[in-house]
Amino acid sequence: MSRPIVIENASLFGDTVASLLIEDGVITAVSTGTLEAPADAVRIDATGLVALPGLVDLHTHLREPGREDAETIETGSRSAARGGFTAVHAMANTTPVADTAGVVEQVWSRGREVGLVDVYPVGAVTVGLGGTQLAEMGAMANSKARVRVFSDDGKCVHDPVIMRRALEYAKTFDGVISQHAQDPRLTEGAQMHEGVVSAELGLAGWPAVAEESIIARDVLLAGHVGARLNVCHLSTAGSVEIVRWAKARGIDVTAEAMPHHLLLTDESVRGYDPLFKVNPPLRTQADVDAVRAGLADGTIDIVATDHAPHPDEDKDCEWAAAAMGMIGLETAVGIVQKTMVDTGLMTWRDVAYRMSALPARIGRVEHEHGGALTEGEPAHITLIDPADPWVVEPTASASRSNNSPFGGIELPGRVVATLLRGVPTHLDPRFEGAFA
Amino acid sequence: MRHLLSTQDLSREDAILILDTSAQMAATQEREVRKLPTLRGKTVVNLFFEDSTRTRISFEAAAKRLSADVINFSAKGSSVSKGESLKDTALTLQAMGADAVVVRHWASGAADRLATSGWMHGSVLNAGDGTHQHPTQGLLDAFTMRRHLVADPAGADLAGLTVAIVGDVLHSRVARSNVYLLHTLGARVVLVAPPTLVPIGIEPWPCEVVHTLDQAIESYDIDALMMLRVQRERMGGGGAAYFPSTEEYSRLYGLDGDRMRRLPDHAIIMHPGPMNRGLEISAEAADSPRSVIVEQVANGVAVRMAALYLLLAGEEGDQ
Repeated sequence: MSRPIVIENASLFGDTVASLLIEDGVITAVSTGTLEAPADAVRIDATGLVALPGLVDLHTHLREPGREDAETIETGSRSAARGGFTAVHAMANTTPVADTAGVVEQVWSRGREVGLVDVYPVGAVTVGLGGTQLAEMGAMANSKARVRVFSDDGKCVHDPVIMRRALEYAKTFDGVISQHAQDPRLTEGAQMHEGVVSAELGLAGWPAVAEESIIARDVLLAGHVGARLNVCHLSTAGSVEIVRWAKARGIDVTAEAMPHHLLLTDESVRGYDPLFKVNPPLRTQADVDAVRAGLADGTIDIVATDHAPHPDEDKDCEWAAAAMGMIGLETAVGIVQKTMVDTGLMTWRDVAYRMSALPARIGRVEHEHGGALTEGEPAHITLIDPADPWVVEPTASASRSNNSPFGGIELPGRVVATLLRGVPTHLDPRFEGAFA
Repeated sequence: MRHLLSTQDLSREDAILILDTSAQMAATQEREVRKLPTLRGKTVVNLFFEDSTRTRISFEAAAKRLSADVINFSAKGSSVSKGESLKDTALTLQAMGADAVVVRHWASGAADRLATSGWMHGSVLNAGDGTHQHPTQGLLDAFTMRRHLVADPAGADLAGLTVAIVGDVLHSRVARSNVYLLHTLGARVVLVAPPTLVPIGIEPWPCEVVHTLDQAIESYDIDALMMLRVQRERMGGGGAAYFPSTEEYSRLYGLDGDRMRRLPDHAIIMHPGPMNRGLEISAEAADSPRSVIVEQVANGVAVRMAALYLLLAGEEGDQ
């Protein structure tokens, strides 16, 4: 077995200084005083560092199988570990689509083989993401991959009858439908948020109402059939209002906010740099403010990344020809700190709740992730140095792709260590000596 | 001036300099020998990703009359089949030693990308990018207005003039180019379009918007009336149509003889071409003495000569 690890004087959840002992992948002691540790233990001085339970991303694109030129399960897992994640939900829009037990088991096994994060495959809602015929959700749920999150992400389950059936059917195995809310007719050819900037730049608009109208329909459907709905990458002020209304009515809906929607606006599109092209698009400052407020008051449940790798050639072109999406696993914590923690909207305890406990619960992996930092829990631990500013350098990412829009932006803090079942999956150079 | 990408980048002084230079260029075109030696040894590439014979030959004539070497590069590429990438095309042109690239592209922002991505070093002259900008069209329109409507044009702006632009503003790079340039030059701009063809987010534009042509004619003393080309496929028929039918468009927004006669006597009629006769403009209006549509084409060559001259001949001085 590996050597025991002592994490000394960490600030647990940013509010309680304590030391942790990790043995055989499990937290075996927590102490605010002196901790009795075995003599051969690796000692990590965590003074000034925030310790959180390993982060869980409900929305990651790992691209394998099919687009290994953009990302593989291995490179994506490494990027996730660097970003402080111990679990990711891998979206279904691969080639072939993850719409059968065979594909989700392949992704799940490959994730285990790589072993840097726990990879939980998301199953497609409809065959081939085609939106017309339900995929065999039961087979995926009962497979080794134990799928609980179903999504056609990248495409909207637009047909209201298909959406209703999916919501109903997923109840059988306590699944959740994670909806990419985008009315396809209202967004034909859409290139960016429809508003002042799109009018000036002459780019076809992606109106907020195309997202909001689908969310409104879906919360009503979820309420009607008594099913769980998760709203992917919520991006507009109106969507926040609709989800708030739905929750007040007791509808079982959860929602994701993405780091880029917490930080960037459509003003970034002015240079026509496709690194800023994403779906749903960057919105206005008023939307950013509303999404931050919604995340702070719990209307939005979690932060997820929508990490979407694309090779250089899909971004090094004219705007309209470029792919949508941006990588985000390694910048998520820094952006959340910058936009939510340092602004006083959230505590680190809130961050743990919204980036670990709740996403684990929504994905029904709470028995494996998102637990407390207490004795007997699996040692999934993320250490963050909240006072170590760094400037994002996209090519330095562990992802196979470089399509980060945050290049050159300074973030206030960084993930300095990630432990999965007590095994370091990411270590800042400052700790490498301790493990030597 | 290193590139000409958008009329939004032009100050009043820049714009007047281009118009004054255009007037000088136009004067040389009255001479028996119209060719000037100014850009001898310079290479101008016409890079067209979108078919436009009119604009291409206008730029070609402009460059040739300044004695530049002209290379026409017609790159087939649509939003469906990308073909050779913009980047590779730019690298090719860089290798050929293009001093200026005149680019027409279906994608908004393509000229900006060429100018700012570091793929090539030459000057970029935007000859129309998607539904964004077409700055030399705006400049030739302003030049034409100044000639006809300003008593002492040299060095003057367009203060006091009212210009109405009618039609598909949403998809029009001509409208966007004109709105900003005419405002910079002091003119009042009125856009006339059905709400379906006005972009959401137009509020900050320095112009007013009305929704029928009759209202515009009644409410404003129009000095210049510019009719935009209407794409037939956007009118009627399809499920995403912006208008019920071409007939209804014509009734509400078309310029016919009756509407023309209700304009002030001095008002000129403009169209960027090519015209859909009988749709946005009747033959009577297009062929009337008030129409300056053919002259716009001639002025286009002079304005493009001025733009190429200022981008390329001024180069050494800028450094």
